[in-house]
Amino acid sequence: MTDTPNSHDASEPTRLKRTFFQTLEFDTRLLGMIGAFLLIALIFNVLTEGRFLTPRNIFNLTIQTVSVAIMATGMVFVIVTRHIDLSVGALLATVSAVMAMTQTAWLPNLLGLELGSPLLAPLAILVGAIVGTIIGAFHGWLIGYLTIPAFIVTLGGLFVWRNVAWHLTTGQTIGPLDGNFVMLGGIDGTLGVTGSWIFGALAAAFAAYLFFNARRKKVAHGFPVKPLWAEALIAGIAVAAILGFVWILNSYDIPTRRLARMFEARGEVMPEGYSTGYGVPYSVLLLIIVATVMTIVAQRTRLGRYIFAAGGNPEAAALSGINTRLLTVKVFAIVGFLCAISAVVASARLNFHSNDVGTLDELRVIAAAVIGGTALSGGIGTIYGAILGALIMQSLQSGMAMVGVEAPYQNIVVGIVLVVAVYIDIVYRKRTGA
Amino acid sequence: MSMTDTIVDRSGTPLCEMRDMQKAFGGIRAVDHVTVDLYPGEVVGILGHNGAGKSVLMKMLSGAYLRDGGQIFVNGEEVQINNPRDARKYNIETIYQTLALADNLDAASNLFLGRELVTPLGFVDDPHMEAETRKIMGRLNPNFRRYNTPVAALSGGQRQSVAIARAVYFNAKILIMDEPTAALGVEETRMVAELIGELKRQGIGIFLIDHDIHQVKALCDRASVMKNGRLVGTVNVDEVTEDDLLGMIILGKNPKEEAA
Repeated sequence: MTDTPNSHDASEPTRLKRTFFQTLEFDTRLLGMIGAFLLIALIFNVLTEGRFLTPRNIFNLTIQTVSVAIMATGMVFVIVTRHIDLSVGALLATVSAVMAMTQTAWLPNLLGLELGSPLLAPLAILVGAIVGTIIGAFHGWLIGYLTIPAFIVTLGGLFVWRNVAWHLTTGQTIGPLDGNFVMLGGIDGTLGVTGSWIFGALAAAFAAYLFFNARRKKVAHGFPVKPLWAEALIAGIAVAAILGFVWILNSYDIPTRRLARMFEARGEVMPEGYSTGYGVPYSVLLLIIVATVMTIVAQRTRLGRYIFAAGGNPEAAALSGINTRLLTVKVFAIVGFLCAISAVVASARLNFHSNDVGTLDELRVIAAAVIGGTALSGGIGTIYGAILGALIMQSLQSGMAMVGVEAPYQNIVVGIVLVVAVYIDIVYRKRTGA
Repeated sequence: MSMTDTIVDRSGTPLCEMRDMQKAFGGIRAVDHVTVDLYPGEVVGILGHNGAGKSVLMKMLSGAYLRDGGQIFVNGEEVQINNPRDARKYNIETIYQTLALADNLDAASNLFLGRELVTPLGFVDDPHMEAETRKIMGRLNPNFRRYNTPVAALSGGQRQSVAIARAVYFNAKILIMDEPTAALGVEETRMVAELIGELKRQGIGIFLIDHDIHQVKALCDRASVMKNGRLVGTVNVDEVTEDDLLGMIILGKNPKEEAA
């Protein structure tokens, strides 16, 4: 049980030659993905003569990414536990149909709630979340307890739920949706400039606290820590990124005519020369909350620990007393819940439910998770990676659309990028031995 | 040779007794009415060919397999072991031949897998677990430094020491070791032997599954030999020759019965 003499450990005192980047202990994978994203953004910015990196386009890009990104965070857990979920787009459609019917037909007709009642949106979302979670848990039960492969269960689910959605609405498009509900779609509900700055300040303070707290704990146990300047630099970058993001979203001004209508709706007259920005959309706020919670689950809870352990070595997890069958049910229930949240965002953004909502989302979601570094062999994946993956895919698609590439060609490029990204990831893992 | 060779006191209640254990897979009786016992501070070798049923027998004790029949006693009281959590409850710890490590997790996460230390709010307390891991590894393998890498990146010996640390840390009373030295070099094997001696002195009982007759003679007090799912017999290793043991393993001949 002796160590090999040439074991290379970053914390060994004998190893003094450390580069600037090693001292910072940057997550090189994260750095690479951000680099790839920035490269794509810059290329499209040149090709579109500066139209890609405008506040307006960045705002649109973020709200287009939200739905797929939310589901992708759940797909990380699924793929980490060596499963797959092909049914997320169809499940989204079923939940979307349920919520559309709940707010336009079932609640008004059965409970007598008037259209426009403030109860409609929360009740519809609650019903949708319950339905999504139950369907997801049911998939998990079929997979975990009846040991039907996830590929088959969710392939079946894809056929079933897409058409259950059709059945629920008798094939009709359902809309317009409740006004409060629609606020979660993106452009119709934002925090406003002041609210966004308050949110940004809170988020930045929270991020700084996390860095400080992690360091304090390490010091308390006498573990090696990086130099204070390195820690401060990284925390500073995180804070700057958060505030920069808020600043960009705040810089996208609400068009004057739309603004005037908003004042009219409140029975006021817009002051001459008044202008204000959109700020952070509620849907993006939702994504940030989902990402935070899912990251905490992944890194700081037993559930997350067991998900990764079961993915790394299912037998070892079972021998450690982990109920891997129930774990599968929980993972798929989480995905089902997240599909429901995505269904809110997707249908609210359209302002109606249509039969084709979420079509092909399963492929986008899987691609986002995989581009984000989730390994199909299991045990490896990050929440932030999946979100960055979703952002990269959306950037490629909308960038190409802005340049005038036709949709079929866009899909060809996205398909190639997916394969190349995974190959780069494989090479990276081999090189770093991670 | 006589019984007095052994220093193990078998006058009291056995630490662990598995009585009339049975397990079948399909039509095959993997374990067929087998009884073994273990006293404090004793090492009992479980011997036999591949497929003799020794791993299956031990997996019924560790909770990995559900027994078809038989009784398990710990300190004279019958216990129900239906899953690995039950076994852990009775301080039965196992070091599997495969080590049963999640390769993608670090040493501390593996050591505490299924028994994580948590903060008052219920979140896993990684710094605390790492600190505890550093303590136990400092005792077992003082050269171990790689606390923040996935165990996949560790050497065979380092991985073995993580698996052993997991069993030792949680105050095992009954330890099952499934071919603990199969993948190790000479020096590492010597360290495992030393550790077994140390655990014996602490009064821990050890079931040692092994192929190596030399090792069994050197490390074990008694040996229970299995063949085709049945118990050939249990002998004091000091009272038999290596040839006797081989005869039991290969031919299923019990030397005591021969003599009688």
